[in-house]
Amino acid sequence: MDPIFVNSKKALLNLFSAFLPDWTVVLVSIFISIGAIMVLGPFTMMYLTWFERKLLGRIQNRIGPNRVGIFGLLQPIADGVKMLTKEDIVPEGADKAVHLLAPIAIVIPSLLVFSVLPFGRNMTAVNLNIGVLFFLAVSATTTLSIFMGAWASRNKFSLLGGMRSVAQLVSYEVPMVLSVVPVILAAGSLSTVDLVESQGGWNGFKWFVFTPWGFTAFITFYLSGVAECNRTPFDIPEGESEIVAGFHTEYSGMKFALWYMAEFMNVFTVSGLTAVLFLGGWQGAPGLPSWAWFFIKTYALVFVMMWFRGTLPRLRVDQLMGLAWKFLLPLTLVNIFVAGLWFFIPDLRWRVGTAVALLGLTFWALMALNRTALPEKRTYEFAE
Amino acid sequence: MLGVLRGMGITLKNFLASYVLPRRPDSLETGGIVTVQYPEERLPEKENFRNFPFLVFDGTVDNIRCVSCDICAKECPPKCIYIVRDTDSEGKPLKRPKVFDIDFTVCMNCGICEEACPFDAIFMDHEFEIGGPERQKSLVYHRDDLLKSTAHFQKIRPTDFAAIEERRKKDAEKKAAAQATVQAAAQPKPQTPPSPQP
Repeated sequence: MDPIFVNSKKALLNLFSAFLPDWTVVLVSIFISIGAIMVLGPFTMMYLTWFERKLLGRIQNRIGPNRVGIFGLLQPIADGVKMLTKEDIVPEGADKAVHLLAPIAIVIPSLLVFSVLPFGRNMTAVNLNIGVLFFLAVSATTTLSIFMGAWASRNKFSLLGGMRSVAQLVSYEVPMVLSVVPVILAAGSLSTVDLVESQGGWNGFKWFVFTPWGFTAFITFYLSGVAECNRTPFDIPEGESEIVAGFHTEYSGMKFALWYMAEFMNVFTVSGLTAVLFLGGWQGAPGLPSWAWFFIKTYALVFVMMWFRGTLPRLRVDQLMGLAWKFLLPLTLVNIFVAGLWFFIPDLRWRVGTAVALLGLTFWALMALNRTALPEKRTYEFAE
Repeated sequence: MLGVLRGMGITLKNFLASYVLPRRPDSLETGGIVTVQYPEERLPEKENFRNFPFLVFDGTVDNIRCVSCDICAKECPPKCIYIVRDTDSEGKPLKRPKVFDIDFTVCMNCGICEEACPFDAIFMDHEFEIGGPERQKSLVYHRDDLLKSTAHFQKIRPTDFAAIEERRKKDAEKKAAAQATVQAAAQPKPQTPPSPQP
């Protein structure tokens, strides 16, 4: 059951190698991987929209979509047909070429990062030796596409959304990258495959999240990841109540759908990378196949993201920046130090004690320093 | 920080409760799904619900109570009622409408027609699912579309029906009695002995 996808790919390649020259078999192998990702990405996106709507509905004591197909399972297809047949409106003053390019440009990095995710044992499309770096670098280019779309729309709300998006993504990139560092220290590699394999052991449960520094890094990375996806409570680039729809105000039809496709694929890939870095990727109890473990963990994290959306209101811009620069950044820096100490101190009890003490102290200090300055409670003598 | 966790707890509780608790439209306090999937499921109609007037007939369609007095048409604030009195073959006016049109695109469901009617001929219905393919013709309801039996009225508003029937019966008795005295005064009654003069 475990290597079912790997074996089916091998069988296909054997079939082709019977009548094709060797060099084309390599190409076919590449195309099979690409094809799998190109199907998985949009398919994931379609069903994440369904999942999110169902989940938010349940949180709000509603049923959610249930008209199209059983449990509303065909809803994403109906939405897709609707999006495709809608009129595509381009504002008169817009920069037409960039306006068209931006939604296309944002989908590409979102699809590219799928290639370094290890979906299961031997199921990584490309085993890059700088996989994590590739992921972070490529996903950071979404900022550019968002700003392209915002600028090309020639709309004040769009531009505001784009500016906010740039500020937010650049800020959260810093704690996000810094929280990966301890994991890389521990694994001694940047390759996503090696990272997962270094978390094997303890019957498949030797995940980084079970160490003090791993847990801290997991939280900081995940929060930054939610911010990177522009999702609630960090969705100020598209805050409906403030700036209409932010950077995609002037988009309609399939271009609008592409923005959402990129967002939902980012949700999936960021959750996937979090699972790979901290939750052991496809490692798990031997009962289930490795890819099932990966998807269980990823979807659990996706669930938490949507749970956030169902719970938390949008942060203010200054609160958002404050969280990144005044809380997450110092915490991740201390965390790197703690991880360094962890590998320096030989005795287990001592290193756990030091790590917990240092992180707890930092957390307490940061909470104390970041406490909102509440004005003294005023009493109105004559108003009583 | 703690507040965030508590909020997450509340949303999770609602999420889980929506699967466990029975679906009730009044479960806002307890949790559980409150959606009523309208075309398939309906809330029970409230008796005091009033929407769109209809004309009442007793027993058969010919026995329409309306005498086409035109009071409702005059009282109607948006003027959505149009009545033409019926005539017999000699051109003599009859006590029933030939045309009774209500334009439901104009009707604002105020219920003044019901209050104004001295003959208990027009009442507010429980109808709310009207619709048409265009804006003008299909929502103008004619006399035959508006006619509904007293049984229907009794079904939708039993309390009002009982009160009105009571009053009508009393009125009828009083009228009969009055008629009897009028008749008694009009013609001398040979059977009865003249009352003794003091």
